[in-house]
Amino acid sequence: MAGLATTFGSGAMTNAINEIEDAEVILVIGSNTTEAHPQVARRMLNAVDKGAKLIVIDPRRTRLAECATLHLALAPGTDIPLLNAMMRVILDESLADQLFIDMRTENFAALRAMLYRLDLAELEAVTGVLLEDIRRAAQLYARARRSVVCYCLGITQHICGTANVQSIANLAMLTGHVEKQFTGVDPLRGQNNVQGACDMGALPNVFPGYQAVDNRDYREKFERVWQTRLPAAPGLSLLDMTHSGACGPMRAMFIMGENPLRSDPSLDRVEETLTSLAFLAVSDIFLTETAAHAHVVFPAASFAEKTGTFTNTERRVQLVRQAIPPIGDCRTDADIIIALSGRLGYAMAYESTAEIMEEIALLAPIYAGIRHDRLRHSWGLQWPCWNTAHPGTPFLHKYYFTRGKGHFVPNDHLPPAELPCQDFPFLLNSGRIYHHYHTGSMTRQSALLNRECGEALLMIHPADAARLKVRGGDRLCMASRRGAVEIKAEITDQVAAGSVYTNFHFGETPINRLTIAAQDPVAQCPEFKVCAVRLEKL
Amino acid sequence: MRHVLTTCVYCGCGCGVYLREENGRVTGASPSRNHPVSRGNLCVKGWHLHDFIHSPKRLTTPLMRKNGELVPVSWDAALDYTAQELGRIGASTNGQGIGVLSSAKCTNEENFLLQKFSRAVLKTNNIDHCARL
Repeated sequence: MAGLATTFGSGAMTNAINEIEDAEVILVIGSNTTEAHPQVARRMLNAVDKGAKLIVIDPRRTRLAECATLHLALAPGTDIPLLNAMMRVILDESLADQLFIDMRTENFAALRAMLYRLDLAELEAVTGVLLEDIRRAAQLYARARRSVVCYCLGITQHICGTANVQSIANLAMLTGHVEKQFTGVDPLRGQNNVQGACDMGALPNVFPGYQAVDNRDYREKFERVWQTRLPAAPGLSLLDMTHSGACGPMRAMFIMGENPLRSDPSLDRVEETLTSLAFLAVSDIFLTETAAHAHVVFPAASFAEKTGTFTNTERRVQLVRQAIPPIGDCRTDADIIIALSGRLGYAMAYESTAEIMEEIALLAPIYAGIRHDRLRHSWGLQWPCWNTAHPGTPFLHKYYFTRGKGHFVPNDHLPPAELPCQDFPFLLNSGRIYHHYHTGSMTRQSALLNRECGEALLMIHPADAARLKVRGGDRLCMASRRGAVEIKAEITDQVAAGSVYTNFHFGETPINRLTIAAQDPVAQCPEFKVCAVRLEKL
Repeated sequence: MRHVLTTCVYCGCGCGVYLREENGRVTGASPSRNHPVSRGNLCVKGWHLHDFIHSPKRLTTPLMRKNGELVPVSWDAALDYTAQELGRIGASTNGQGIGVLSSAKCTNEENFLLQKFSRAVLKTNNIDHCARL
C-alpha cells in the first residue's frame, strides 16, 4: 500500500469490482485470481467473453494464464525490469498519454531519463520474456481506452514490493489509465477485512483514516476525543514484533484472531519470540498453533455471532449481521477489549457496535458519512464517504489524485534476497488454493473442503522430477537454510523447470518454516514469493 | 427457519450471503441474488461458510495456563489476570514491551477498539495485523 500512497496518495483499489467487466484490456500481475479472488476472476472472464484482451504476468501458468490472450512467464522477482521494458516500448512507440502526464502528474522527467538508460535486450535476458511479447503487452495495454491493472501479493511480497507497486503506478500514469471508470490500478486485498483493518488504524504508524500518529494535529484531535495522552512515536510492525526473538523488546503480546505461528515467515524465529514472552494472551475461535502457546486464551464469537462491518477490497463497507447468539461461553472480541479496558481504568461505554461506528465516523474523515442505519438499507457504501448525504465513491482519483498530482517514482531492478545456488538449487514460491483459506483454521474444519483438497502438494516440473527420479505422489523432504518439511510431489508443467510451488494452508506442512524473513524496507512485507530450497526423495 | 443477510468472512471480494438459521444453529449459506459482488454466485468456500461455526473444535470457555497446561477458567479470572499482566508489563516498559496484533478477520468496530485500547490504554503504537501476509 505504501507504493500507491507515494504515487497516487491513497493505497486502495481505484475501481469497483464490477467495473472490471467493462474494461478493454486487463493486465493481471502477481495475482492467482481464480483461486484467491473468485468473484474478481469471474468479472475478468466475463470481460474476455465480451472481447476484452487479458494479459497475465506470472511465473506460473495459472488457470487464468490459460485463458489469457498473452501470458508472460517472467523469472520470479523480475517485475520491475518487465514493467520498465513495457514503459520503454510505450515511449519508443509514442503511446504515452502526454496530456495526462502534463496535467496530472509530476517527476516525469526522472522516469523518462531512467527509461532511456535501459537496454531492452538486457531486460529481455533478465526477465526471460521475449521482447516481442513484452512489446505486444505494452501495445495492448497502452492503446486501449479502458485498461485495468490488477495485482496482488505476487507483487507486494518481495523485498522490492513497494518499488514493484510504484512501477505499476508509473505504467498506469504514463498511459493515463487511472482517472476514469473501467480504468485503473486495483490491488486485490487478501482477507475479508484487511482493507478495513488498515482503514481502522490497526497499523503502527497511523490512526483510523490514515492519519499519521507522529502528526501533532491528528494526535491532538484523538487525544481530545479519547481524553488521554497518546504516544507520538510510530510503533513496531508485525515482523519486528513476531521476529524480535528471546532478547528483543517484546515482553507481552495480545493477539486477536491471528495465527502468526503459521502465517509468518521463518517460523522458528516466531516460536522463539512467543515462547520467551512473559505473557501472551490470544483471542480466537479455535485453539490455533499460536493460541496453544498462550498463557490466557479467550474464546471469541465468530462472524455469525456478532454485528459490525467489513470493508471489502473495493472499499465497500458492509454490514455483518448476527445470525445466532455466541455459542458456549464465547464473547465477541469487542466485549473482550471493553472488559479489559475497564479493568485497566479506562472505561469504554458503547450501547452497540453502531455507536462504535459513530465514533469512527467522527474521527476518520473517509468514513464520516458511514452509519449502520445507512448500510442496513443499501449494499454498503464505498469510501471515501464524506458526510451522511454522500453516496460513496466507486472509483478514485477522478479529476485529481488524493495527493494532488500523481508522482512518478522511477525504480531499478533489485534481485530477490535469496536465489537458488548449488546447495539449494530450487526456487520455492507459495500461495493460496481455491478450497482453503490462509492458515486453514476455518476451512480445514469443513469435511467437504478437506475432501476436495486435504494436503499440501508440491508442484514440480517433469524435467526436474525425472532428474530426481520422483513420481507423482512420492514424498519429498524440502529444506531451506531455515527449516525443512515433508511434502508430496505433484508433477506439472504449470511451474517452470527449477521452480517449485505449494500452498501454506496446511498446519501439518508448515511451509513458512522455510520462507525467508527478508522484507521490503518501506511496506515491511516479507519476501514469501522467493526462497531457495533443496529436495530429497524420501 | 430464518435467512440472515450478512457478509462472507473469507476473501476480500465481500460477497453478500444469507446464513440459514434453524433452532439456534447455522445450517447453510447461499448467495444474495441482488448483491453487487455475489450476484447469485459464491465460491466453494462461501457455499461451506457455515461448516466451521459449530465445529466441535470451537473454543467455548476461557483457558489459562496452570502448571504448564491450559485449563478452563472463569471469564473474570482470565480477564483479571490478563489486565494485571498487561498493566504491569506496560507500566514497567512504558508501553514499549507490549505488542498487539489485530485481525483482518475481525470487524472494523473491533479493529477500531483494539487500536484505541493499544494507544489510549496500553500507551503503545506497537499494533499491526497480517495485511502483508
